[in-house]
Amino acid sequence: MSGTGTARVPATGAAPRRPLDPELLAFADEVGSEGPVAVAGAGTRAELGGPLARGTRMLRAPEGIVEHHPEEMTVRVRAGTTVADLHAALAGAGQRSALPERGGTVGGALAVGEGHLASLGRGPVRDALLQVRYVSADGRVVTGGGPTVKNVSGYDLPRLVVGSLGTLGLLGEVVLRTQPVPAGSCWLRAEGADPFGARDVLYRPGAILWDGEATWVLLEGHPEDLAAEAAVLARSGAWREVAGPPELPPQRWSLPPAGLRRLPEGMAGPSGSWVASVGIGVVHAGRPQQPRRVAAASEELTRRTKAAFDPAGRLSPGRSLLPALPSPALGGGGGRS
Amino acid sequence: MRSGPWRAGSRDGGPPVGRDAPDRLVEDLVAALGPDGVRADAVERGLLARDASVFDRGRSGPVCFPRSTAEVQAVVRAAVRHGRAVVPRGAGTGLAGGAVPLGEPVVVALTRMDRLLEVDLPNRVAWVEPGVVNLDLSNQLRPRGFHFAPDPSSQQACTVGGNVANNSGGPHCLAYGVTSAHVLALDVVLPDGDVVRLGGLDPEPAGYDLRGAFVGGEGTLGIATRIAVRLTPNPPAVRTLLLGFSTPRAAADTVGAVIAAGIVPAALEVMDRRITEAVERYVHAGYPTDAGAVLLAEVDGMPGSVAAAAEAISAIGAERGATSVRVAASDAERAALWKGRKTAFGAVAQIAPNYYLHDTVVPRGVLADVLEEVYAIAERHQLLVVNVFHAGDGNLHPLLVFDRREPGVMDRVLAAGAEIVAASLAAGGVLSGEHGIGVEKRDYMPLMFGPDDLDHQARLRRAFDPACRANPGKVLPAGHSCADIQALESVPAGVWG
Ligand SMILES: Cc1cc2nc3c(=O)[nH]c(=O)nc-3n(C[C@H](O)[C@H](O)[C@H](O)COP(=O)(O)OP(=O)(O)OC[C@H]3O[C@@H](n4cnc5c(N)ncnc54)[C@H](O)[C@@H]3O)c2cc1C
Repeated sequence: MSGTGTARVPATGAAPRRPLDPELLAFADEVGSEGPVAVAGAGTRAELGGPLARGTRMLRAPEGIVEHHPEEMTVRVRAGTTVADLHAALAGAGQRSALPERGGTVGGALAVGEGHLASLGRGPVRDALLQVRYVSADGRVVTGGGPTVKNVSGYDLPRLVVGSLGTLGLLGEVVLRTQPVPAGSCWLRAEGADPFGARDVLYRPGAILWDGEATWVLLEGHPEDLAAEAAVLARSGAWREVAGPPELPPQRWSLPPAGLRRLPEGMAGPSGSWVASVGIGVVHAGRPQQPRRVAAASEELTRRTKAAFDPAGRLSPGRSLLPALPSPALGGGGGRS
Repeated sequence: MRSGPWRAGSRDGGPPVGRDAPDRLVEDLVAALGPDGVRADAVERGLLARDASVFDRGRSGPVCFPRSTAEVQAVVRAAVRHGRAVVPRGAGTGLAGGAVPLGEPVVVALTRMDRLLEVDLPNRVAWVEPGVVNLDLSNQLRPRGFHFAPDPSSQQACTVGGNVANNSGGPHCLAYGVTSAHVLALDVVLPDGDVVRLGGLDPEPAGYDLRGAFVGGEGTLGIATRIAVRLTPNPPAVRTLLLGFSTPRAAADTVGAVIAAGIVPAALEVMDRRITEAVERYVHAGYPTDAGAVLLAEVDGMPGSVAAAAEAISAIGAERGATSVRVAASDAERAALWKGRKTAFGAVAQIAPNYYLHDTVVPRGVLADVLEEVYAIAERHQLLVVNVFHAGDGNLHPLLVFDRREPGVMDRVLAAGAEIVAASLAAGGVLSGEHGIGVEKRDYMPLMFGPDDLDHQARLRRAFDPACRANPGKVLPAGHSCADIQALESVPAGVWG
């Protein structure tokens, strides 16, 4: 090669890119390049983004774990695998992931992007995806990101597809970051304790949930540390060990963490109940959150992004990332302009 | 650390690309920023035509020093009117040539936008301007119990804006994640001059994760003017260990074994003998100079887990033949050990006047093998290589050290570099762990990505910058959007809103 400074690509010795999984290629054939198409996950969040257009062809993503490398803390898994199956396999090696356990598939969890109940400890879903292989609107398999735990080679397509509701590409296979299951864990509950105070005194809790009366705390870590943190909590309430978290109402709100101090009115719905993830900003409530408004320039960028990846609008048609009609955000909802 | 010669060709700074005479452009910029906000003299333009990479043939147009989002917007709009590209710039410590201007674009230096705007403890977030220096930010947050987790070795100089654009890492990103995990929201001046907020302080903001797409965009997706960074609580306990080994292989194997044991240390850094000796001469950090390699390990968190992890790491090291294990007994000792690691690149000058630093990642299980291959490659090209790297996440940093006055040495340095990249990819690794692609690895991209993959990266770039106005010639190889710096010129005049 001439004239390219340092980047003289060697003629030999270059790594052949790995051949693609035959199941992934078969999935790409099924997607094809014409007609409206979407992936059916387990259906746990199928209503998000609006109903799919009538006549949309529904496909299933390939299933199964391709390879788990516990010593690398990574797993390559097909998108149609359920999160439950994935986590069962990871648990065999003392590991877990940040994906939520709500009965859905890996691809569905990533396409929706909602965090685990204990995302305070596990981190957001968007940080778990290292490499993605999706089928594009013209039926090609596209790889973004890389298989290693650290990588800044090129643009971050993995982060772009997390939460994209299958509107940019249909997820086929992913590499996820895994994490060790902590040596110990326990749920504690107290009536009337200050959940925000608990947030301030605990170093890295797994979760803090609050329903307006009771607070639940998930402690994770070394057994000695659990005892120490429980002792710190005991100074500000009567904490009792419980089996697990409370029942969660069906709807999900996303607010800045500080917004939980003044919860929007009318959120709870007829049952009157809600459960907030303190330190995160998610509120599980009876009523759905109003569509959140974004500025015109953001809307335009969103429109251009969709048009760049799916010019004909055939991927998950009907689903939209932004509200069709902007309406005012509720309760300081979201630090957006 | 700079070295030539730069080959003629597509990365040459080249003649100015743009429609109008430069003086009209400068007039417009001065009208927007005032005379002290614009420099068009040869000295300043020469200074800002380089970064810390080996690429020294950049050519800068007028250099602007805006003080606000509105001023950045005014600069971008002026550039749009005159058909010039814009290149954002932080401290210029980038190692892949990301801030090297091609085609005499308007350089937007963000160093005057250096205010910490707000520390919002209830949301655990700080709003900063892009020119804030990484270490200054953490120093300001620390007394309040928090810090900004990404800690590149260049943290005394590099800016948060540069960190965002390169999705930078650092020793402590092993446990805490790289910059993307620490940026919640951004205000961005898009290449057409529109201002958008990407992301949000809430956990699941509406819309696509354009924040995530922007981070790591290397200045090709727009200019970040306000950044909301996550506050990381200072750990209640920290323990720092220094293990000596007779060979780099033993140190690298220990790293793999620690990770495999389910321990997630805060940092795991390896330095080979040559760099350890140079560091000792330079800052007297107290490293053993008789070891073939040292492993600097840090664990942090709650005291119980810290004690258990520190013990486990010592034991794993001993099993793999550690010749010495030292636990820092005081904060001063700990600081000295870290000073040694963080001044390593400076210490290289003790060995030779120039270096070329590579940055690839490999799976941790093959770290030792690839490391040995790196030594063999250097030997084949009769070059000296030293290794000081973020071993915990498999992030190799081989430094080829040389004296550029030696005839023909640059050819060998470049050839060895290409082989190191190829060896890393062949071992299942990636092109860059934290320094980015810039111009340096642009033409290597097809080694890691196929045409369809690159096409989709180009689509993302086009969504943000349909007219190739932001930092053209970076990241994507020839044949893709905005790889050709002349592309800007060929855009029809009507597009310039
Ligand atoms: C001695 C040394 C040690 C280093 N160690 C590390 C390390 O440990 N880890 C690591 O990751 N890196 C390291 N680096 C590389 C470098 O310091 C980082 O990439 C750093 O984040 C660059 O910041 P900067 O302010 O110098 O950016 P610059 O070099 O000025 O710019 C880098 C890129 O960011 C873009 N940019 C700058 N500001 C903005 C903005 N506001 N909006 C949009 N784009 C922008 C530029 O266009 C360019 O593409 C090291 C460098 C040196 C010289």
